[in-house]
Amino acid sequence: MTSAVSFKQVSRHFGSVRAVDAVDLDIAPGEFFAMLGPSGSGKTTCLRLIAGFEQPTAGSISIFGERAEGVPPYRRNVNTVFQDYALFPHLNVLDNVAYGLMVRGVGRTERLKAAEEALSLVRLPGYGARRPGQLSGGQRQRVALARALVNQPKVLLLDEPLGALDLKLRENMQEELKSLQKVLGITFVFVTHDQGEALSMADRVAVFNDGRIMQVGTPEDIYRRPNTRFVADFVGSSNVLPPDFVQRYSGQHRWGSLRPESIRISGAASGDGVAARLVGTNYLGATTRLALDADGLRLHAMVPAGAALPAEGEAVVLTFNRDSLHLMDEPA
Amino acid sequence: MRSDRGQSAPLGLKIAAACGLLFLHLPILLIFVYAFTTEEKSFVWPPPGLTTQWFAVTWNRPDVWDALSLSVRVAAISTAIALVLGTLCAAAVSQTRFFGREAISLLVILPIALPGIITGIALRSAFALADIPFSFWTIVLGHATFCVVVVYNNAVARFRRTSGSMIEASMDLGADGFQTFRHVVLPNIATALLAGGMLAFALSFDEVIVTTFTAGQQQTVPIWMLEELIRPRQRPVTNVVAMVVVLVTLLPILLAYYLTRDGDQIAGSGK
Repeated sequence: MTSAVSFKQVSRHFGSVRAVDAVDLDIAPGEFFAMLGPSGSGKTTCLRLIAGFEQPTAGSISIFGERAEGVPPYRRNVNTVFQDYALFPHLNVLDNVAYGLMVRGVGRTERLKAAEEALSLVRLPGYGARRPGQLSGGQRQRVALARALVNQPKVLLLDEPLGALDLKLRENMQEELKSLQKVLGITFVFVTHDQGEALSMADRVAVFNDGRIMQVGTPEDIYRRPNTRFVADFVGSSNVLPPDFVQRYSGQHRWGSLRPESIRISGAASGDGVAARLVGTNYLGATTRLALDADGLRLHAMVPAGAALPAEGEAVVLTFNRDSLHLMDEPA
Repeated sequence: MRSDRGQSAPLGLKIAAACGLLFLHLPILLIFVYAFTTEEKSFVWPPPGLTTQWFAVTWNRPDVWDALSLSVRVAAISTAIALVLGTLCAAAVSQTRFFGREAISLLVILPIALPGIITGIALRSAFALADIPFSFWTIVLGHATFCVVVVYNNAVARFRRTSGSMIEASMDLGADGFQTFRHVVLPNIATALLAGGMLAFALSFDEVIVTTFTAGQQQTVPIWMLEELIRPRQRPVTNVVAMVVVLVTLLPILLAYYLTRDGDQIAGSGK
């Protein structure tokens, strides 16, 4: 099957900065794909390479089997929802949405009808006559979405689409984007630095660091079986365990990761386990996050709210299921 | 200036403000009054009598028409040149990063900061050096140096307020460079260009110093006026022309002010 987007050894260098460094990537048609990473990790550059705003320094990109190098943004069947939405302030909402059809020469009646339909799709029917300046952040985001979708792109790119919205709106929008993608069946590629967002929305996630992809996998893969210390730490702050520690429990001299919620805590007298000291508690609502010191190794554990907790500074014993200790690929 | 709405300013301040305004504008009113005087050899106050005959006299003087037409043509063409160059330069400086960008933006503004006499001497010696005879086009070139600045300043201010991703959004939605310029860039900078253009036109229209260095035998309106003041013949004709000039330059400036008052300053209007 042809990939929706395929990167073969793609690099994009800015002077001596390797923004994207020999990246291989395959995004399947109809997939909801997330590019996750800290700022400066190359995820946005990858998105811009797909959109055509950047050209690769080396390597090749194809979109649904067609080579994309040298093809300008306006000849790609790909549309972008920009981080700042980039709505045109001099046009009303309907003309904004119809813009893509207008420059392609679609007749006025036809394109305004299509734009009105796109606005209904993002649940903003009847907002066409307003100016972008009169809309709230969430509404602007929907207009930007409608403006991209009206062109029926094969791939929709979303650059930190929810970054500027408040928490409640963000959660609503996450669900909405997800169901919209299911209905339309378009390949969505979105960039985010929020691991929660990536895990909850995407079919697959690529974790970026320093211009490279560290790991690609389903959210569960990424979360449960990180392959490197970076992924373990960045995606949901797993405990990264040094090889010497891991060897004691698994017999293998490898880096390991252990989810905070996999750790159980009991009082000092309760037999074998890792001896540690509770150095801090952090109340998070549904759970409490504990900071522990196991002979110089700093660990975090997540316990349900309401569980009986030892006092800070007290000695505790940590136990965990051997299966929950994940051995990482990264060489020791 | 609405900090203390409803509260009236003290009387002393009102009088001071009124005096200041009178000092600024009374001389201009005097010019208008002298346009109607019956005394043609010198300006005497009060005017011995009032007449409108000078309007007819002015209308029938070919030298007035020559000067006016030259000024209008010079201003129009300098403004046109400035609109193209100023916009291009503003786009380059505000949309891209390149080596020497700051230096270029300073060099563009320099002609308006330099005294006109320096610009004039520099241009004159450059023309002499290159063996270019003085003509209509040398005047246009001289005027374009400061007209570009005005357009540039207005355009650059507008470009800064325009989101850079808008151009990318337009390309992303299928518009090529020309369509993007026509449908996105131009509508967003149009009022700034109109304002800058009108200001440039007004500046060019009453420019004296640079013109004296770059003109040959031709006379623009301000130069014609200077010459006219030396000769005591039909003096009120100058005043009639002055009234016309005031109107011709004031209207565009007012319009420019109204077009850009929400946000943009009309930068460089001090020349």
